[in-house]
Amino acid sequence: MNYESNIVLSENQYKVVGTRPVRHDGVDKVTGRALYGADIHMPQLIYGKILRSPHAHARILSINVDKLIDNPLIEAVVTCSDLPEMEPGQENASLKYLRDNVIASDKVLYKGQPVAAVAAKSSHDAEEALTLIEVEYEILNPVTTAYESIYENTTVIHEDLNTTETYASIRNPRNIASHIQHSIGDVYKGFEECDVTVEKEFHTKTVHQGYIEPHNATAFWNKDGRLTIWRSTQGPFEVRETTARILNIDVSSIKVVPLEIGGGFGGKFDPYGDPVAALLSKKSGKPVKIVMSRSEDLESTGPTPGSYIKIRIGANTDGRILAAEALLAYEAGAYPGSPVDSGALCIFAAYDIPNLEINGYDVVVNKPKTAAYRAPGATNAAFATETVIDEIAEKLNIDSLDLRIKNAAKEGTRRPDGPIHPKIGSLEVLKAMKEHHHFNTPINKPNEGRGIAIGYWMNGGGPASCTLQVNYDGTINLNEGSPDIGGTRTSVAMQAAEVLGLQAEDIFPSVLDTDAIGYTSGTGGSSVTFKTGRAAYDAALDLKRKLMSRAARIWDVDITLVAYQNGEFIAGIDHASNPEQHMTFRELAEQLEDTGGPITGSANTNGEGEGGAFAGCIVDAKVDPETGKVDITRFTIIQDVGKAIHPSYVEGQMQGGSVQGIGWAMNEEYIMDNKGHMMNSNLLDYRMPTSLDIPMIDTVIVEVPNPRHPYGVRGVGEVSIIMPPAAIANAIYQAVGIRLNNLPMNPETVMKGIWSSQE
Amino acid sequence: MADKIHVQSNINGYDVDFLCESRQSLLEVLRDVLNLTGSKEGCNDGNCGACTVTMDGRIVESCCILGVEAEGKEIITIEGVASADSLHPVQQAFLEEAALQCGICTPGFIVSAKNLLEREPDADEERIRFWLAGNLCRCTGYDKIVRAVLKAGEVMRKG
Ligand code: FES
Ligand code: FES
Repeated sequence: MNYESNIVLSENQYKVVGTRPVRHDGVDKVTGRALYGADIHMPQLIYGKILRSPHAHARILSINVDKLIDNPLIEAVVTCSDLPEMEPGQENASLKYLRDNVIASDKVLYKGQPVAAVAAKSSHDAEEALTLIEVEYEILNPVTTAYESIYENTTVIHEDLNTTETYASIRNPRNIASHIQHSIGDVYKGFEECDVTVEKEFHTKTVHQGYIEPHNATAFWNKDGRLTIWRSTQGPFEVRETTARILNIDVSSIKVVPLEIGGGFGGKFDPYGDPVAALLSKKSGKPVKIVMSRSEDLESTGPTPGSYIKIRIGANTDGRILAAEALLAYEAGAYPGSPVDSGALCIFAAYDIPNLEINGYDVVVNKPKTAAYRAPGATNAAFATETVIDEIAEKLNIDSLDLRIKNAAKEGTRRPDGPIHPKIGSLEVLKAMKEHHHFNTPINKPNEGRGIAIGYWMNGGGPASCTLQVNYDGTINLNEGSPDIGGTRTSVAMQAAEVLGLQAEDIFPSVLDTDAIGYTSGTGGSSVTFKTGRAAYDAALDLKRKLMSRAARIWDVDITLVAYQNGEFIAGIDHASNPEQHMTFRELAEQLEDTGGPITGSANTNGEGEGGAFAGCIVDAKVDPETGKVDITRFTIIQDVGKAIHPSYVEGQMQGGSVQGIGWAMNEEYIMDNKGHMMNSNLLDYRMPTSLDIPMIDTVIVEVPNPRHPYGVRGVGEVSIIMPPAAIANAIYQAVGIRLNNLPMNPETVMKGIWSSQE
Repeated sequence: MADKIHVQSNINGYDVDFLCESRQSLLEVLRDVLNLTGSKEGCNDGNCGACTVTMDGRIVESCCILGVEAEGKEIITIEGVASADSLHPVQQAFLEEAALQCGICTPGFIVSAKNLLEREPDADEERIRFWLAGNLCRCTGYDKIVRAVLKAGEVMRKG
């Protein structure tokens, strides 16, 4: 093709920022040497296995472990009775939910929920021993979708969930854990002024993050009361805190050592095996490793919710959107906490709509408790909004991209949840879409269509810490607390290198454990390059100040006469143009020991000032009208990243998120039977995209700097997943004239759509 | 405790003797007995490719092979791909093309891709996508992996 792919529309040029060095942990990862959570070995290590509920909803009547008591192969057995007594005054409901999710007490609320665990010298022995545990259940009726849970079914999942509000039209409010509402203007009046309105209902299925490395945890509870946990996690400090709460011990008695992590996408914050491995270790006196199988991972760790969304949008003949309303019911899973809040925030946040009302419901169902998944809640929401916008454009006979340009949120627009959008790259992204080769290349093959969609995600920040130690050879050891899930050691190190006039290769970054580095919130919300990058930037400034004062001391001049330029310390009355003294970074580093001792730069930040991400995608899809199979033939994602510190890894985020969005759109779903059992808990039947299903994913990096970061970084990890389902649905409509309201759009859904349009 | 069987094979160029239970997979033997943890377990049922190794020159999923089947066989794992002093062109291309994010799938992809390029150094995009369809990557969307393999092929063709 005669166009340039993977373009970067760049504004500023730096020396290191914006270049593409080889990542620091690269060689370890291409040679198999990098140690991931499950790779850890240590003396006396034994293996834990978890007995899980075979029922989706049941009361536990009794658990009998007597047959294991004198079994020589078994090192320890644990049930909920091994958790500490709950003290009066501990926030009981939420703590009980946390505890029950790692090991159930009175009820099981999803198939796969842990009820007991054993440890043995071999994992096979542990697994076999599970069959000797006898659990008596009273089976209850399960309910597995948000829609059923509040509109159709009267099963009550939590007796203690006290929903005080009453809702018209909702039959079973007792499964609603919380209700969130945003409103702007007057929707009633707004809709009265509209010439066109479209109202639709959407159903989406539960999907999983699908990281390739299953959850794992290895724990050793030492005789001095100190508990060490080795695992792959996105949030070592979050794991430390939650485990401490569950075990009712001080955070300071736990050390979490983050090993390399094989993907997370939001799913690796919550503890699962950790407290259980800890209890098994306490009982056996040995380190205990628990690694989940793939089916355990799919059935028992947090997926992202299936949802029911009802939406209405109206516009006038000029193409101005005047009113919108939405009801979102998201599956929380077994315990409260779906991302319906961010779904409700994002559903109209890409637009400037004067009148709107949004109601979001967090609904408990008999499925694993949901966890975050890349822009949690926003993909479900955008599927509804962006397909309805497409339909409105068609009804108004306006190009759908022009309609989006006309109504896009921009700096100064009020976000539905209250804050005003600061500088965001919405118009820049839309312009780049309009000018892109892909958008301007006609398609006229039969059954092929093009769709677009846009998305907004607010991104996250959070506290972060970083220290920089100078080595005598002029290099730097950088220590941080953010697990590196996709190249962030390098994007963080590059920011320190830029400040210090060094090369990325002069900095050696390490991710330290919770005893060794200051508090750092987890690797999530697209935050690491922003917040830990900021900490590294500040630490580099701190280091620079300290080194300048050392240079001043060596030269015996006042510090005001010292400057640092292009990797050199200089001094003199008129130091910029006529320096009297020179010293390279390395020359100073070599002398540190003899001139006052080693120097460390350090910084902690509160990580505020994240910049929202705006993106769009263009997709061509080819539909086989005989079988309903849809092939993605071309895909382009255009995203405002603020500033791409390492463009290759930014593109990687855009491409990876896009393909997860494609998987969500096309194939992925939890297939549940009427007992509430997942029927496809393996990677053959839970079908994620393979290399053969996907074309090259073209990227356009748009850079509208975030004014609240020194290099303009916004988060880049999440927004890319939001658009594909809607864009593909719009493409399918262009291809074969059917509008699909349900995910996934697998051959069955597509054929049903085609058949019903022929009726 | 189950009885153990004595197995002799050649792993990454070294003759290796090990004891394993008849129920242990080759992947378990590599990881838990021989401490070669570069091969990863993503599914344990042949669907993710993270455990890919070669056995007598053919790619196999080591989670679907028993440890005892390694008797008399030559096994190459990710730990045996680089030479003493340099990375294999596929490894080098993965680094340069940023073809890994979390890296958990990387050992499997590199073993598979190397095996393809040794047979067909001029494999094109479609052939590469077809060959690697047994390896799942959830992070990259495959784009940079495919580009890295194309680039490695170019390097290998030049010798
Ligand atoms: S672990 Fe062997 S194919 Fe997944
Ligand atoms: S790089 Fe994470 S699964 Fe491939």
